[in-house]
Amino acid sequence: MNDIFFNTRDLSVGYKGEVLIRDIDIEIKKGEILTLIGPNGSGKSTILKSITKHLEAIKGDTYIADASVSRMTYKELSKLVAVVLTDRLKPELMTCRDVVATGRYPYTGSLGILSEDDEKKVTEVMRRIHTEDLAEKDFTAISDGQKQRVLLARAICQEPEVIVLDEPTSFLDIKHKLELLNILREMAKEKNITVIMSLHEIDLAQKISDKVMCVSGEVIKHFGTPDEIFRPDIIRELYDITDGAYNIEFGSVELPAPKGEPEVFVISSCGSGINVFRRLQKNEVPFYAGILYTNDIDYVVARSLAAEVFCEKPFMTISDEVYEKALSAMKKCRRIIDAGIEIGECNARIAELIRTAEKTGRLERIN
Amino acid sequence: MTDRNSLTAEGTDEVRSARLKRYARYNAVFIFLIIAFILITIVNINSGSVQISVKEILRIIFFREGDETAYSIIWKIRLPRIITSAILGGGLALSGFLIQVFFGNPIASPFTLGISSGSKLIVALTMIVMIQYVDAVSSFVMVVAAFVGALICMGFVLLASRKVKQQSTLLIAGIMIGYICSAVTDFVVTFAEDTDIVNLHNWSMGSFSGMDWDDVWMCFVIIFAAFVATFLLAKPIGAYQMGEAYAQSMGVNIKRFRVVVILLSSLMAGCVTAFAGPISFVGIAVPHLAKLMLKTSKPLVVIPAVFVGGGVFCMFCDYIARVAFAPTELSISTVTALFGSPVVIWMLLTRKR
Repeated sequence: MNDIFFNTRDLSVGYKGEVLIRDIDIEIKKGEILTLIGPNGSGKSTILKSITKHLEAIKGDTYIADASVSRMTYKELSKLVAVVLTDRLKPELMTCRDVVATGRYPYTGSLGILSEDDEKKVTEVMRRIHTEDLAEKDFTAISDGQKQRVLLARAICQEPEVIVLDEPTSFLDIKHKLELLNILREMAKEKNITVIMSLHEIDLAQKISDKVMCVSGEVIKHFGTPDEIFRPDIIRELYDITDGAYNIEFGSVELPAPKGEPEVFVISSCGSGINVFRRLQKNEVPFYAGILYTNDIDYVVARSLAAEVFCEKPFMTISDEVYEKALSAMKKCRRIIDAGIEIGECNARIAELIRTAEKTGRLERIN
Repeated sequence: MTDRNSLTAEGTDEVRSARLKRYARYNAVFIFLIIAFILITIVNINSGSVQISVKEILRIIFFREGDETAYSIIWKIRLPRIITSAILGGGLALSGFLIQVFFGNPIASPFTLGISSGSKLIVALTMIVMIQYVDAVSSFVMVVAAFVGALICMGFVLLASRKVKQQSTLLIAGIMIGYICSAVTDFVVTFAEDTDIVNLHNWSMGSFSGMDWDDVWMCFVIIFAAFVATFLLAKPIGAYQMGEAYAQSMGVNIKRFRVVVILLSSLMAGCVTAFAGPISFVGIAVPHLAKLMLKTSKPLVVIPAVFVGGGVFCMFCDYIARVAFAPTELSISTVTALFGSPVVIWMLLTRKR
């Protein structure tokens, strides 16, 4: 099976013999990052628990380098897979270094005494993950972001081939989220560690993952590269978003566009309109936007928020058809906002539009 | 490169000095415990209703000669009692430590979870039946009965722990199980033959008195074996302190580990109950104090410290029980509760979260 390193075959997972998700087929290469996304309670954790053998698979099996996980002893598995769990850890009287050092467990002797070599590895990993300053601090006394980093260091100390993380970014602020994901990325690329995790932040999932799996319902409908998965239809269906829009370019979601007959026409370009769109949206004012080129950043946002966007293909002279439509729409509006626009040869007709607006006396210039 | 960043096998200077400090602390604690152990042993041998001089005691112990009455007081009464209180105290404290690890609850112990009371009930029943039909009860049968009683109650607590998520609820369930067992024991004792009652009553209040050398040996073999087994489990116990899921991911076979811990803690708790009756608070107070003194929860150092500390604590409490209102003897539980419960209250008040 060529270079597939980690895979599941016909894996069915669930609790007490009741199948929650069936026929899961994951295939990833060594050093790739697989992210599980999906709504709360969809079974992301259940899948992760099953591939780490914390939960017995109901059917099928997980394979690491073609070796069956269900047939491995826990000891063998511990040298292949390390975990970072959602369980809130409350160790008693343990320093962060102690916690990281527990990662050496599979490699120590029968009394668990760390060798010089183990100590050295603990030091190295803590340095790498920027946790060396925490070494002698009590684990219960540090912040959530620091805890998560220490737990990641612990997992890396275990020298696994695969690291499984269950929602590693929950409770973290944006800085620590980025930091953590960045470390994972480095580990995956430099040390060739395969990473499997669940994430709530689809924007981050899109940016960090090599493979993405959508978890909702009894079967996995979508598994593939971020390019294949992060499409408005798939994401909207996955999270059952009916109000609001998923924005593929930014990987983010927008609140739903205000409903009703548009009262405002916004003329903008190159990002000048975004704040105006958002303000109107917050005040529940439906609006038109245009005329925008489809490669304009304003277009991306306007598409989600405006009642209608008048658009033209990039770098083309604005056609009569689009111009007429925009003009008649503009005439119906109570307010016309010019949020700032560069006029060049191609979009000269927008200047015309603005002049018309000026004559009506309804034009407001901002910026 | 600055000094602080110099990477050696042992880590940064800060880490290295912290480690040296830790080792110094461990050494200090163990030296303290050993000195305390020796002192309390000497004081204990030297005190009682009959005054015997130190010189005489030394002669009796090391040269096995001297006044006949004094000789038999030392060899037949004081020494067996002191040694069993040391061994059983260690076993009880260690049993408490194992149960706390198992349930992840610092105030779980054989006493609070009703395990001691379960032992007590089965031992009382066995005693009454055996005395009626066989006329004598061997210590071995008592230990087996106590072990069975401990396991039965442990079974109930485990069933309860599956149903309830909250640790405090589990403790309440354990305390209730303890009360039920005690009530049934009282009931049984009330209807027992007059001659049995005195014995049974004394025992069910908890006491280290009336031990002979056979008892000493049996306690020693059982508890010491359990101690060695526990010590050898130091590694998985350390992993288990991180929670079940992490322990498993580190390679611990959780099912097997849990069974072994249950058996060991029940054996020790049962053994103590068989010989000395139910003794309160040792199982909570000693592990807590040991961890506080060592400033770590690493099983490799905590296990021996708890074992020795339990011995010291029980010898001390037994000394108080004998001496405080001599010639009237207090029950050992009265004294352990007096010294142990403030520790528990203090622990609850100072606990974070």
